[in-house]
Amino acid sequence: MAKSDVKVLGSWPSPFVMRARIALNIKSVNYEYFEERLREGKSELLLKSNPVHKKIPVLIHGDKPICESLVIVQYIDETWSSGPSILPSDPYERATARFWAAYLDEKWFPSIRTIGMAQGEDARKAAIAQVEEGLVLLEEAFGKCSKGKRFFGGDQIGYLDIAFGCFLAWLRVTEKMSGIKLLSEANTPALLNWADRFCSDAAVKDVMPDTEKLAEFGKMVIAKMRGAAPPK
Amino acid sequence: MAEEVKLFGAWGSPFSRRVEIALELKGIPFEYIEENVSDDKFKSPLLLKYNPIHKKVPVLLHNGKPVLESLIILEYVDETWKDNPILPEDPHERTMARFWARFIDEKCMPPVWKALLGTGEEREKALEEVRECLKTLEGVLNGKRFFGGETIGLLDIAANFIAFWLRVIQEVSGLEFLTADKCPVLIKWCDEFVSCNPVKEHLPPRDKLIAFMKNWLSGDGWTD
Repeated sequence: MAKSDVKVLGSWPSPFVMRARIALNIKSVNYEYFEERLREGKSELLLKSNPVHKKIPVLIHGDKPICESLVIVQYIDETWSSGPSILPSDPYERATARFWAAYLDEKWFPSIRTIGMAQGEDARKAAIAQVEEGLVLLEEAFGKCSKGKRFFGGDQIGYLDIAFGCFLAWLRVTEKMSGIKLLSEANTPALLNWADRFCSDAAVKDVMPDTEKLAEFGKMVIAKMRGAAPPK
Repeated sequence: MAEEVKLFGAWGSPFSRRVEIALELKGIPFEYIEENVSDDKFKSPLLLKYNPIHKKVPVLLHNGKPVLESLIILEYVDETWKDNPILPEDPHERTMARFWARFIDEKCMPPVWKALLGTGEEREKALEEVRECLKTLEGVLNGKRFFGGETIGLLDIAANFIAFWLRVIQEVSGLEFLTADKCPVLIKWCDEFVSCNPVKEHLPPRDKLIAFMKNWLSGDGWTD
Protein backbone atom coordinates (compact mmCIF):
# COMPACT_ATOMS: atom_id res chain seq x y z
CA MET A 1 0.00 0.00 0.00
CA ALA A 2 1.44 3.36 -0.98
CA LYS A 3 2.17 5.16 2.24
CA SER A 4 1.82 8.55 0.60
CA ASP A 5 -1.80 7.72 -0.08
CA VAL A 6 -2.99 9.47 3.04
CA LYS A 7 -5.91 11.88 3.31
CA VAL A 8 -7.30 13.84 6.21
CA LEU A 9 -10.86 15.16 6.21
CA GLY A 10 -11.06 18.06 8.61
CA SER A 11 -12.18 21.50 9.54
CA TRP A 12 -9.73 24.25 10.52
CA PRO A 13 -11.33 25.24 13.86
CA SER A 14 -11.42 21.67 15.12
CA PRO A 15 -8.87 20.75 17.80
CA PHE A 16 -9.57 17.07 17.11
CA VAL A 17 -8.51 17.43 13.49
CA MET A 18 -5.29 19.11 14.65
CA ARG A 19 -4.39 15.99 16.56
CA ALA A 20 -4.33 13.87 13.41
CA ARG A 21 -2.34 16.47 11.48
CA ILE A 22 0.25 16.97 14.24
CA ALA A 23 0.76 13.21 14.48
CA LEU A 24 1.29 12.93 10.72
CA ASN A 25 3.71 15.86 10.83
CA ILE A 26 5.72 14.22 13.61
CA LYS A 27 6.09 11.15 11.41
CA SER A 28 6.86 13.31 8.33
CA VAL A 29 4.00 11.68 6.43
CA ASN A 30 2.78 13.54 3.37
CA TYR A 31 -0.96 13.80 3.24
CA GLU A 32 -3.73 15.50 1.34
CA TYR A 33 -5.96 17.69 3.47
CA PHE A 34 -9.62 18.21 2.63
CA GLU A 35 -11.41 21.07 4.36
CA GLU A 36 -15.01 20.14 5.09
CA ARG A 37 -17.33 23.08 4.70
CA LEU A 38 -19.53 21.86 7.54
CA ARG A 39 -21.94 24.79 7.29
CA GLU A 40 -22.81 23.68 3.80
CA GLY A 41 -23.51 20.13 4.97
CA LYS A 42 -21.28 17.11 5.17
CA SER A 43 -19.51 15.85 2.07
CA GLU A 44 -20.23 12.51 0.42
CA LEU A 45 -16.74 11.37 1.28
CA LEU A 46 -17.19 12.19 4.97
CA LEU A 47 -20.55 10.43 5.22
CA LYS A 48 -19.17 7.41 3.38
CA SER A 49 -15.97 7.16 5.45
CA ASN A 50 -17.53 7.83 8.83
CA PRO A 51 -21.08 6.53 8.64
CA VAL A 52 -21.20 5.79 12.37
CA HIS A 53 -20.34 9.23 13.77
CA LYS A 54 -20.38 11.43 10.65
CA LYS A 55 -17.66 13.55 12.20
CA ILE A 56 -14.23 14.91 11.42
CA PRO A 57 -11.39 14.08 11.61
CA VAL A 58 -11.27 11.09 9.33
CA LEU A 59 -7.94 9.65 8.25
CA ILE A 60 -8.07 7.70 5.02
CA HIS A 61 -5.05 5.47 4.48
CA GLY A 62 -5.20 3.80 1.11
CA ASP A 63 -8.86 2.91 1.01
CA LYS A 64 -9.32 2.45 4.76
CA PRO A 65 -10.97 5.16 6.85
CA ILE A 66 -10.03 5.59 10.49
CA CYS A 67 -12.16 7.72 12.79
CA GLU A 68 -11.98 9.27 16.28
CA SER A 69 -9.00 11.54 16.87
CA LEU A 70 -7.27 9.57 19.63
CA VAL A 71 -7.79 6.30 17.76
CA ILE A 72 -6.28 7.98 14.68
CA VAL A 73 -3.22 9.21 16.59
CA GLN A 74 -2.55 5.70 17.89
CA TYR A 75 -2.99 4.27 14.41
CA ILE A 76 -0.48 6.77 13.03
CA ASP A 77 1.98 5.89 15.79
CA GLU A 78 1.71 2.15 15.15
CA THR A 79 1.68 2.31 11.37
CA TRP A 80 4.63 4.64 10.83
CA SER A 81 6.65 2.95 13.50
CA SER A 82 10.04 4.00 12.13
CA GLY A 83 9.31 7.66 12.87
CA PRO A 84 9.62 9.30 16.31
CA SER A 85 7.35 7.56 18.85
CA ILE A 86 4.22 9.35 19.91
CA LEU A 87 3.08 7.09 22.76
CA PRO A 88 5.60 6.33 25.50
CA SER A 89 7.14 2.85 25.38
CA ASP A 90 6.48 2.00 29.03
CA PRO A 91 3.00 0.46 29.58
CA TYR A 92 2.35 2.44 32.76
CA GLU A 93 3.30 5.73 31.11
CA ARG A 94 1.09 4.81 28.17
CA ALA A 95 -1.84 4.14 30.49
CA THR A 96 -1.23 7.49 32.23
CA ALA A 97 -1.12 9.39 28.93
CA ARG A 98 -4.32 7.66 27.77
CA PHE A 99 -6.03 8.43 31.07
CA TRP A 100 -5.33 12.16 30.84
CA ALA A 101 -6.33 12.27 27.18
CA ALA A 102 -9.68 10.67 28.06
CA TYR A 103 -10.09 13.13 30.96
CA LEU A 104 -9.47 16.05 28.61
CA ASP A 105 -12.09 14.85 26.15
CA GLU A 106 -14.73 13.76 28.63
CA LYS A 107 -14.41 16.36 31.36
CA TRP A 108 -12.09 19.24 30.65
CA PHE A 109 -12.82 20.38 27.10
CA PRO A 110 -16.60 20.20 27.61
CA SER A 111 -16.17 22.63 30.53
CA ILE A 112 -14.27 25.03 28.23
CA ARG A 113 -17.18 24.94 25.82
CA THR A 114 -19.58 25.55 28.70
CA ILE A 115 -17.84 28.86 29.46
CA GLY A 116 -18.71 30.12 26.00
CA MET A 117 -22.26 28.80 26.06
CA ALA A 118 -23.08 29.55 29.69
CA GLN A 119 -26.26 31.45 30.29
CA GLY A 120 -25.93 33.68 33.29
CA GLU A 121 -23.06 34.76 35.50
CA ASP A 122 -23.36 31.85 37.98
CA ALA A 123 -23.18 29.25 35.25
CA ARG A 124 -20.18 31.01 33.73
CA LYS A 125 -18.34 31.20 37.06
CA ALA A 126 -19.01 27.51 37.72
CA ALA A 127 -17.65 26.55 34.32
CA ILE A 128 -14.54 28.69 34.81
CA ALA A 129 -13.94 27.09 38.21
CA GLN A 130 -14.15 23.64 36.62
CA VAL A 131 -11.64 24.54 33.93
CA GLU A 132 -9.25 26.00 36.51
CA GLU A 133 -9.56 22.92 38.72
CA GLY A 134 -8.71 20.76 35.73
CA LEU A 135 -5.69 22.90 34.89
CA VAL A 136 -4.32 22.46 38.40
CA LEU A 137 -4.57 18.68 37.95
CA LEU A 138 -2.90 18.92 34.56
CA GLU A 139 -0.10 21.10 35.93
CA GLU A 140 0.61 18.32 38.44
CA ALA A 141 0.37 15.68 35.71
CA PHE A 142 2.87 17.66 33.64
CA GLY A 143 5.37 17.53 36.48
CA LYS A 144 5.02 13.75 36.77
CA CYS A 145 4.96 12.92 33.06
CA SER A 146 7.65 15.31 31.82
CA LYS A 147 10.13 14.48 34.60
CA GLY A 148 11.74 17.87 34.16
CA LYS A 149 11.78 17.73 30.37
CA ARG A 150 10.14 20.07 27.89
CA PHE A 151 6.98 18.14 27.07
CA PHE A 152 4.58 15.61 28.62
CA GLY A 153 6.25 13.17 26.26
CA GLY A 154 9.79 14.13 27.36
CA ASP A 155 12.20 15.74 24.90
CA GLN A 156 9.73 15.49 22.04
CA ILE A 157 6.00 16.07 21.69
CA GLY A 158 4.04 12.94 22.59
CA TYR A 159 0.50 11.65 22.84
CA LEU A 160 -0.59 13.76 25.79
CA ASP A 161 1.03 16.90 24.40
CA ILE A 162 -1.03 16.39 21.25
CA ALA A 163 -4.21 15.50 23.15
CA PHE A 164 -3.98 18.61 25.32
CA GLY A 165 -2.10 21.06 23.11
CA CYS A 166 -4.74 20.92 20.38
CA PHE A 167 -7.09 22.78 22.75
CA LEU A 168 -4.73 25.74 23.28
CA ALA A 169 -6.18 27.92 20.54
CA TRP A 170 -9.68 27.55 21.99
CA LEU A 171 -8.26 28.10 25.47
CA ARG A 172 -6.72 31.38 24.31
CA VAL A 173 -9.98 32.41 22.64
CA THR A 174 -11.83 31.68 25.89
CA GLU A 175 -9.30 33.76 27.84
CA LYS A 176 -9.75 36.59 25.37
CA MET A 177 -13.53 36.49 25.45
CA SER A 178 -13.92 36.04 29.19
CA GLY A 179 -11.11 38.39 30.18
CA ILE A 180 -9.68 35.75 32.52
CA LYS A 181 -6.21 34.23 32.40
CA LEU A 182 -6.79 30.50 32.68
CA LEU A 183 -3.13 29.57 32.27
CA SER A 184 -1.09 31.80 34.54
CA GLU A 185 2.33 32.26 36.06
CA ALA A 186 0.71 32.10 39.49
CA ASN A 187 -1.32 28.88 39.11
CA THR A 188 0.10 26.96 36.17
CA PRO A 189 3.65 28.16 35.48
CA ALA A 190 4.84 24.89 33.95
CA LEU A 191 1.84 24.64 31.61
CA LEU A 192 2.21 28.28 30.61
CA ASN A 193 5.74 27.62 29.38
CA TRP A 194 4.80 24.28 27.87
CA ALA A 195 2.00 25.95 25.89
CA ASP A 196 4.44 28.33 24.17
CA ARG A 197 6.87 25.52 23.40
CA PHE A 198 4.07 23.36 22.01
CA CYS A 199 2.63 26.07 19.78
CA SER A 200 6.03 26.91 18.30
CA ASP A 201 6.96 23.31 17.56
CA ALA A 202 7.53 22.55 13.89
CA ALA A 203 4.88 19.83 13.86
CA VAL A 204 2.28 22.19 15.32
CA LYS A 205 2.68 25.76 14.20
CA ASP A 206 1.25 25.45 10.71
CA VAL A 207 -1.90 23.66 11.85
CA MET A 208 -2.65 25.75 14.95
CA PRO A 209 -5.40 28.24 14.00
CA ASP A 210 -4.80 31.93 14.51
CA THR A 211 -6.43 33.10 17.77
CA GLU A 212 -8.10 36.16 16.19
CA LYS A 213 -9.60 34.15 13.37
CA LEU A 214 -10.79 31.48 15.80
CA ALA A 215 -12.31 34.12 18.12
CA GLU A 216 -14.35 35.49 15.21
CA PHE A 217 -15.48 31.98 14.36
CA GLY A 218 -16.35 31.34 18.03
CA LYS A 219 -18.45 34.49 18.26
CA MET A 220 -20.35 33.48 15.16
CA VAL A 221 -21.04 29.98 16.50
CA ILE A 222 -22.29 31.32 19.84
CA ALA A 223 -24.47 33.94 18.15
CA LYS A 224 -25.96 31.30 15.94
CA MET A 225 -26.65 28.97 18.88
CA ARG A 226 -28.18 31.72 20.96
CA GLY A 227 -30.23 33.04 18.09
CA ALA A 228 -31.36 29.66 16.91
CA ALA A 229 -32.64 28.19 20.15
CA PRO A 230 -34.14 29.51 23.36
CA PRO A 231 -31.92 29.25 26.45
CA LYS A 232 -31.98 25.73 27.95
CA MET B 1 10.18 -9.96 40.66
CA ALA B 2 7.14 -10.52 42.88
CA GLU B 3 4.12 -9.13 41.13
CA GLU B 4 1.39 -7.61 43.23
CA VAL B 5 -1.87 -7.24 41.35
CA LYS B 6 -5.04 -5.97 42.98
CA LEU B 7 -8.36 -5.13 41.44
CA PHE B 8 -10.97 -2.86 42.98
CA GLY B 9 -14.29 -3.83 41.46
CA ALA B 10 -18.01 -4.21 41.97
CA TRP B 11 -19.89 -7.47 41.43
CA GLY B 12 -22.46 -5.94 39.11
CA SER B 13 -20.15 -3.71 37.08
CA PRO B 14 -19.48 -4.77 33.49
CA PHE B 15 -16.44 -2.50 33.55
CA SER B 16 -14.65 -4.19 36.43
CA ARG B 17 -15.67 -7.63 35.11
CA ARG B 18 -13.85 -6.76 31.86
CA VAL B 19 -10.58 -6.51 33.76
CA GLU B 20 -11.25 -9.80 35.57
CA ILE B 21 -11.71 -11.53 32.20
CA ALA B 22 -8.43 -10.15 30.85
CA LEU B 23 -6.49 -11.18 33.96
CA GLU B 24 -8.07 -14.66 33.83
CA LEU B 25 -7.23 -15.00 30.14
CA LYS B 26 -3.59 -14.20 30.84
CA GLY B 27 -3.40 -16.36 33.95
CA ILE B 28 -2.53 -13.46 36.26
CA PRO B 29 -3.30 -14.06 39.92
CA PHE B 30 -4.83 -11.05 41.60
CA GLU B 31 -6.40 -9.93 44.84
CA TYR B 32 -9.96 -8.74 44.40
CA ILE B 33 -11.45 -6.00 46.54
CA GLU B 34 -15.21 -5.57 46.37
CA GLU B 35 -16.40 -1.97 46.50
CA ASN B 36 -19.86 -0.71 47.36
CA VAL B 37 -20.40 1.77 44.55
CA SER B 38 -23.98 2.70 45.34
CA ASP B 39 -22.82 5.94 46.91
CA ASP B 40 -19.53 7.82 47.36
CA LYS B 41 -19.91 7.53 51.13
CA PHE B 42 -19.58 3.74 50.91
CA LYS B 43 -16.47 3.75 48.76
CA SER B 44 -13.26 2.69 50.47
CA PRO B 45 -10.60 5.29 51.31
CA LEU B 46 -8.18 3.37 49.10
CA LEU B 47 -10.46 3.62 46.06
CA LEU B 48 -10.87 7.35 46.61
CA LYS B 49 -7.12 7.69 47.01
CA TYR B 50 -6.31 5.84 43.78
CA ASN B 51 -9.11 7.33 41.70
CA PRO B 52 -9.76 10.78 43.17
CA ILE B 53 -11.09 12.34 39.97
CA HIS B 54 -13.68 9.78 38.92
CA LYS B 55 -14.06 7.77 42.16
CA LYS B 56 -15.01 4.70 40.14
CA VAL B 57 -14.22 1.05 39.68
CA PRO B 58 -12.34 -0.65 38.19
CA VAL B 59 -8.96 0.35 39.55
CA LEU B 60 -6.08 -2.00 38.82
CA LEU B 61 -3.20 -1.70 41.23
CA HIS B 62 0.02 -3.15 39.85
CA ASN B 63 2.90 -3.09 42.31
CA GLY B 64 1.23 -0.17 44.04
CA LYS B 65 0.59 1.88 40.89
CA PRO B 66 -3.04 2.54 39.92
CA VAL B 67 -4.35 2.13 36.37
CA LEU B 68 -7.79 3.57 35.66
CA GLU B 69 -10.61 3.26 33.10
CA SER B 70 -11.52 -0.26 31.95
CA LEU B 71 -10.47 0.05 28.30
CA ILE B 72 -7.18 1.67 29.29
CA ILE B 73 -6.62 -1.10 31.85
CA LEU B 74 -7.27 -3.76 29.17
CA GLU B 75 -4.54 -2.28 26.97
CA TYR B 76 -2.20 -1.99 29.96
CA VAL B 77 -2.77 -5.64 30.86
CA ASP B 78 -2.17 -6.67 27.24
CA GLU B 79 1.07 -4.69 27.03
CA THR B 80 2.39 -5.88 30.39
CA TRP B 81 1.59 -9.61 30.17
CA LYS B 82 2.27 -10.83 26.66
CA ASP B 83 0.65 -14.30 26.78
CA ASN B 84 -2.71 -14.72 25.01
CA PRO B 85 -2.78 -11.27 23.42
CA ILE B 86 -6.16 -9.56 23.24
CA LEU B 87 -5.19 -7.11 20.52
CA PRO B 88 -4.09 -8.26 17.05
CA GLU B 89 -0.65 -7.41 15.58
CA ASP B 90 -1.89 -5.53 12.54
CA PRO B 91 -2.25 -1.75 13.24
CA HIS B 92 -5.47 -1.46 11.26
CA GLU B 93 -7.13 -4.35 13.07
CA ARG B 94 -5.99 -3.00 16.43
CA THR B 95 -7.43 0.35 15.51
CA MET B 96 -10.77 -1.17 14.54
CA ALA B 97 -10.94 -3.05 17.87
CA ARG B 98 -10.29 0.20 19.74
CA PHE B 99 -12.82 2.11 17.64
CA TRP B 100 -15.62 -0.41 18.19
CA ALA B 101 -14.86 -0.78 21.89
CA ARG B 102 -15.34 2.97 22.31
CA PHE B 103 -18.47 2.74 20.17
CA ILE B 104 -19.95 0.29 22.67
CA ASP B 105 -19.27 2.57 25.63
CA GLU B 106 -20.15 5.87 23.98
CA LYS B 107 -22.95 4.97 21.56
CA CYS B 108 -24.56 1.67 22.62
CA MET B 109 -24.78 1.95 26.37
CA PRO B 110 -26.21 5.44 26.99
CA PRO B 111 -29.42 4.84 25.02
CA VAL B 112 -30.00 1.58 26.93
CA TRP B 113 -30.36 3.61 30.14
CA LYS B 114 -32.38 6.25 28.32
CA ALA B 115 -34.79 3.59 27.07
CA LEU B 116 -35.08 2.03 30.53
CA LEU B 117 -35.70 5.28 32.34
CA GLY B 118 -37.58 7.14 29.63
CA THR B 119 -41.17 6.92 28.55
CA GLY B 120 -43.20 7.25 25.38
CA GLU B 121 -41.45 8.75 22.39
CA GLU B 122 -38.14 9.24 24.17
CA ARG B 123 -38.10 5.55 25.08
CA GLU B 124 -38.96 4.48 21.54
CA LYS B 125 -36.25 6.67 20.07
CA ALA B 126 -33.65 5.31 22.50
CA LEU B 127 -34.74 1.73 21.84
CA GLU B 128 -34.32 2.28 18.12
CA GLU B 129 -30.87 3.77 18.70
CA VAL B 130 -29.75 0.68 20.61
CA ARG B 131 -31.11 -1.59 17.90
CA GLU B 132 -29.17 0.37 15.27
CA CYS B 133 -25.97 -0.03 17.29
CA LEU B 134 -26.53 -3.76 17.68
CA LYS B 135 -27.18 -4.12 13.97
CA THR B 136 -23.90 -2.33 13.31
CA LEU B 137 -22.06 -4.69 15.65
CA GLU B 138 -23.69 -7.65 13.92
CA GLY B 139 -22.03 -6.35 10.77
CA VAL B 140 -18.68 -5.95 12.49
CA LEU B 141 -18.81 -9.56 13.71
CA ASN B 142 -19.25 -10.56 10.08
CA GLY B 143 -20.03 -14.21 10.79
CA LYS B 144 -16.93 -14.79 12.95
CA ARG B 145 -17.11 -16.80 16.12
CA PHE B 146 -15.72 -13.92 18.18
CA PHE B 147 -14.87 -10.31 17.34
CA GLY B 148 -11.27 -11.38 17.98
CA GLY B 149 -11.53 -14.30 15.56
CA GLU B 150 -11.18 -17.80 16.99
CA THR B 151 -10.50 -16.55 20.50
CA ILE B 152 -11.85 -13.60 22.45
CA GLY B 153 -10.12 -10.26 22.08
CA LEU B 154 -10.41 -6.73 23.40
CA LEU B 155 -13.64 -6.02 21.56
CA ASP B 156 -15.32 -9.20 22.82
CA ILE B 157 -14.35 -8.26 26.36
CA ALA B 158 -15.62 -4.70 25.87
CA ALA B 159 -18.90 -6.12 24.57
CA ASN B 160 -19.49 -8.10 27.77
CA PHE B 161 -22.29 -5.68 28.60
CA ILE B 162 -24.18 -6.77 25.50
CA ALA B 163 -23.62 -10.49 26.04
CA PHE B 164 -24.88 -10.52 29.60
CA TRP B 165 -26.20 -7.32 31.14
CA LEU B 166 -28.28 -6.28 28.16
CA ARG B 167 -30.06 -9.61 28.09
CA VAL B 168 -30.83 -9.38 31.80
CA ILE B 169 -32.13 -5.85 31.27
CA GLN B 170 -34.24 -7.13 28.42
CA GLU B 171 -35.77 -9.82 30.62
CA VAL B 172 -36.50 -7.48 33.49
CA SER B 173 -37.88 -4.60 31.45
CA GLY B 174 -39.57 -6.42 28.58
CA LEU B 175 -37.81 -4.07 26.14
CA GLU B 176 -36.62 -5.97 23.08
CA PHE B 177 -33.20 -4.57 22.36
CA LEU B 178 -31.55 -7.65 20.92
CA THR B 179 -33.60 -10.06 18.82
CA ALA B 180 -32.75 -13.16 16.82
CA ASP B 181 -34.47 -11.94 13.68
CA LYS B 182 -32.38 -8.76 13.44
CA CYS B 183 -29.10 -9.98 14.97
CA PRO B 184 -28.78 -13.75 14.71
CA VAL B 185 -24.98 -13.76 14.59
CA LEU B 186 -24.67 -11.43 17.56
CA ILE B 187 -27.05 -13.60 19.61
CA LYS B 188 -24.94 -16.67 18.82
CA TRP B 189 -21.85 -14.69 19.83
CA CYS B 190 -23.50 -13.80 23.17
CA ASP B 191 -23.98 -17.48 23.99
CA GLU B 192 -20.44 -18.40 22.92
CA PHE B 193 -18.96 -15.52 24.89
CA VAL B 194 -20.71 -16.12 28.20
CA SER B 195 -19.86 -19.82 28.15
CA CYS B 196 -16.19 -19.54 27.22
CA ASN B 197 -13.56 -20.23 29.86
CA PRO B 198 -12.08 -16.84 30.70
CA VAL B 199 -15.56 -15.32 30.94
CA LYS B 200 -17.92 -17.72 32.66
CA GLU B 201 -16.50 -17.30 36.18
CA HIS B 202 -16.47 -13.54 35.76
CA LEU B 203 -20.11 -12.68 35.29
CA PRO B 204 -22.44 -11.53 38.05
CA PRO B 205 -24.78 -14.20 39.47
CA ARG B 206 -27.76 -13.91 37.16
CA ASP B 207 -30.48 -14.04 39.83
CA LYS B 208 -28.72 -11.46 41.91
CA LEU B 209 -28.45 -9.09 38.93
CA ILE B 210 -32.10 -9.62 38.02
CA ALA B 211 -33.16 -8.85 41.59
CA PHE B 212 -30.91 -5.79 41.65
CA MET B 213 -32.29 -4.44 38.38
CA LYS B 214 -35.92 -5.05 39.38
CA ASN B 215 -35.30 -3.24 42.62
CA TRP B 216 -33.58 -0.35 40.89
CA LEU B 217 -36.24 0.03 38.22
CA SER B 218 -39.09 -0.08 40.70
CA GLY B 219 -37.59 3.02 42.28
CA ASP B 220 -36.71 1.36 45.52
CA GLY B 221 -33.28 2.76 45.12
CA TRP B 222 -29.87 1.39 44.43
CA THR B 223 -29.07 -1.29 46.96
CA ASP B 224 -26.11 -3.58 46.80
